[in-house]
Formats: sequence, structure tokens, C-alpha cells
Amino acid sequence: MRYMVMHYQTQAMEDGVKPSPEQQTAIGEYMQEAAMAGVLLSGEGVAPSSAGARVEVEDGTVRVIDGPYAEAKELIAGFAILEVDSLAEAVEHARKFALLVGAERVDIRRVLEYSDL
Amino acid sequence: MRDDASHRAVTDIGSLDRTVAALWRVESPRLIARLVRLLGDVDTAEEIAQDAFVIAIEKWRAEGVPSNPAAWLHKTARFLAVDRIRRHDTQRGKYRQIAVTTPHIVDGEVVDGDLADDLLGLIFMVCHPILSPDARSALTLKLICGLRTEEVARAFLVPGPTIAQRIVRAKRTLTAANIRFELPDEKERPARLDAVREVIYLVFNEGHTATSGDEWIRRDLCAEALRLGRMLATLTPREPETLGLLALIELQASRLDARTGPAGEPVLLLDQDRTRWDRLLIRRGLELLRRTQELGGAAGPYALQAAIAACHARARTAADTDWQRIAALYDGLAQISPSPVVELNRAVATGQAFGPEAGLTIVQPLLELPAMRGYHLLPAVAGDLLCRAGRHDEARHQFLKAAALTRNGRERSTMQARAAACADGHAAG
Repeated sequence: MRYMVMHYQTQAMEDGVKPSPEQQTAIGEYMQEAAMAGVLLSGEGVAPSSAGARVEVEDGTVRVIDGPYAEAKELIAGFAILEVDSLAEAVEHARKFALLVGAERVDIRRVLEYSDL
Repeated sequence: MRDDASHRAVTDIGSLDRTVAALWRVESPRLIARLVRLLGDVDTAEEIAQDAFVIAIEKWRAEGVPSNPAAWLHKTARFLAVDRIRRHDTQRGKYRQIAVTTPHIVDGEVVDGDLADDLLGLIFMVCHPILSPDARSALTLKLICGLRTEEVARAFLVPGPTIAQRIVRAKRTLTAANIRFELPDEKERPARLDAVREVIYLVFNEGHTATSGDEWIRRDLCAEALRLGRMLATLTPREPETLGLLALIELQASRLDARTGPAGEPVLLLDQDRTRWDRLLIRRGLELLRRTQELGGAAGPYALQAAIAACHARARTAADTDWQRIAALYDGLAQISPSPVVELNRAVATGQAFGPEAGLTIVQPLLELPAMRGYHLLPAVAGDLLCRAGRHDEARHQFLKAAALTRNGRERSTMQARAAACADGHAAG
């Protein structure tokens, strides 16, 4: 089964503070870790919300709001898709990621499959 | 709320069990790889890894799981290993000698090497060509995938004691032949990598077209093979045939969902609902194939098969399939790695590209081969080509032969159904 492991931004990320060389090394190390475990299918990181936009729909009216947004810690900073046996296994990978990269919060959600529909 | 949740995690036995099981799956291959390098012996390494887990469970049951359980396990296992080495050496009175000859122990302290090298070394060891393919697969699933013996047994649909014995004997063979933990040198490496890839491909194929049991596909085996392939591709990122193999199984796995109908029956490639193909795996497969070609490995046997699988993956409908290209790729494959099975596939592709008679020309000599007499896919293919050539009676005969030969229940019903359809076709024609 697949899990999407999403880590949330810290205020520093949102402020556009570039990851330190140590952090970059840690991220690389984690990617290598997960790939070496044979579980990493895909993953991406995203830029601060100032480089993005949001589409909101209310009563059929669409509003496009440019970033940045105030609630920095509610925003996703990146994701990885892992293929593992169980939620518990995904949690162990997420734990490693959080510890290595210094994320404050990581959400782990199962990816829906055809058989779920 | 958050405090409640973490408190529950500490005391809930079920959750501790799940965490420990997941940790075994994730960490035990690494733990064992490090320990084997240190101790040289698979059995002792496994034993110490298990001991570390036993200590962990007792401690965590009382105190809760630490924030970094993996680090805790590695530290504990290393402590146990060093302790074992010291006791062993003291008994034999040659502690100093070992400390000098083992590069990983400097002044009595263990120096960690590169984890990737450790893992690769263990993979080479358990996939050593001295072991039979069966023994290699069992040992690989146990030590590299982190499955327990009963899980390996379930994966191969054999009784637990049979697998346990197979594993014990394999380990004994490694010890008896003095197979050390080592990274093979340049000269030996290609053959050793071939032996590893063979295991991965065997496990995948057993899952992809199960030769026994009532299910036509064994997803668990496919998943283990993919895990192994992804590991090996990460550990040897510049080996074109490894990337080619992974490309091949990613592409084949992308169609697993579509290969089974609602009643569990096989759905053949050309009849599959292509919207159910897994786009993520296709993307991965095509990217791996591109990298294989960049590394100059396009003509390797796995790469050629991956290129064939890619032709199917790229075709939006069955009618869009570039059969001439596939037939050409099979011609190449038949040159560099000729086998009756490749010939059979070449017959299928040629039959699609240039008509059933062209395919039958290739199939005909295969029907004479004693080695192919028990292979159910041969009459299945012959039946299909004959059917398309309008030779329904001969086709029916071949489908019945295929039904009698297959050991898979699902496949048998499909072949019987096609035989019946031929009888109708014959009557109608």
C-alpha cells in the first residue's frame, strides 16, 4: 500500500530561509535512506507560499489569492510517496525523516487505490 | 488531546507490537548487514539482532517507545556485538590479533562503515551463486526484506518447517564454503550481480504469474521483488542491467490491477482496461529505461524486455501497439539471450505484427522440443495463433492441452473457456 508522507513548513522555510548545507545534506541522506529501503516512489518539495497562489470557491464564485499566507505552519513543504506494508511502517519512515530533516510536523495519509472506490 | 494520544502509544500493547513489527521490517536488514560485516557470520548476526529487539520490547513496554527507536536498536545491537567479540576473543586469547586484522575494530571500538556497502555485501552473500535459486530467494526475503520465516513460507505457499529448513541449510552451505561478507571485485562483480538480479526476477515472476495456488497474481511477492529491485537500483545506480530489470518489473507491475477481472480471472494484456494501469509506476519504469539507455545498456536482456514492456505502456489503446517494434525487440532478445520462452514471445509479437501464420512458423519448431512439453503457455499461444488463422479444431486441441498442463486454477478455467469457444467457432465456421 502507498502512503503520502507530507511535512509541514516551519516559519523559517516560509520566510524563504534557504536550508543550511547541513539540512540539505540531511534531506539527501533521508532520500537515500528511503530509496535504500526500497520504499520511495516519488517525492517533491515546494517553495514558500509567496511563490504560489490559492483558488477558493464560495457559492460558485472563484477567488484567486496570491501568496504569501499568514498561517505558515499550516502549509505543506513537501511530500513523498512511499510503498510499504502498513501504516506502522510508513510511520517509522516519517519518524526518520522528521528527525533527520528537523520537520516539526509530518502527516501520513494512505493513498486511495482503485479497490477503495 | 495530543498528550492523550502519546500516552496511549506508550501503554497500548497492540500499538507497541505494530511498531516493533514495522521496525523489524525496516531496521532488521540494516542491523543484520552491519552485524554480519562485524561478525562475519549470518547466524550470529541474526541472533544478536533478535536479542536487541527482545531487550527493546521489554524496555519499551515499561517506558514507551523512544523518539528514535532505530538509533536505539543500532546502539544496542552494536553493544551486544562488541561484547560478543570481546568474550569470544578473551576465551581464545587472541583479542589483540583480531583487533589488528579487522579493519572495523580500532582500539577495541567499532567503526561504522558505509551502510550502503554493508547492505550490498549482505545481498551479495545471500544471493551467492553457490546457493540454489530457491535457497537464495528464501534467504533474501528473510534477511534483506525483513520477513519472518513464517511470512517467507506464506509467500512461497510452503509449510513453515520446509522454509525454516531451507534457510538453515542455505546458511550452513555459506559457512561450509567459507563464503565471507565481501564486496566482489571488478572481475567477479558482473556474475555476482547477475545472481542477485536472477533472484529478484524469479520472485517477481512467481508473483506475476503464480505457478501454484488459486490466485493468478501474488501481489505480496511482486511487492517484495519491487522492494528488492528498488534497493539494488539505489545501491548500484550505474548498473544498466539492474536499472533495466527494475524498469521491467515496474512496468509489468503497473498492469497488475488490470490483469485480474472481477471474479479473479486473468485478463490478457490486449483486453485490459488501460485506465487502470498505474501511471506512477509507468513513469518510473520509463524513466529507469531512459537512464539504462543513457548508460549505454539498451541492449541488455532486461533492458530489451523493459523496452518491450514500454511499448505496451506507451500505447493508449491495444490497437495503438507498435507490434513491429516489439517484434524487432524480440528478434534482438532472441539473438543475445536465446531461449524457447523468448522464441514463444517472439512468435506472439510476430503473429501480431505480421499475421498468425508468421507467428506459427516460429511456434512450430517449439512444439517439437522435449524441454517445452510441460510448458502450458506454449499450447496457449499456439492455440491463440491457430484460432486466429481459422484453424479452430487444432486450436481447441492446444487450449485443452494448456488447461491440462497449468498448475494455476484461474488459468485452467480461462484455457477451458477458450477451448469451448473454439468448438463453437469450428461449428460456426
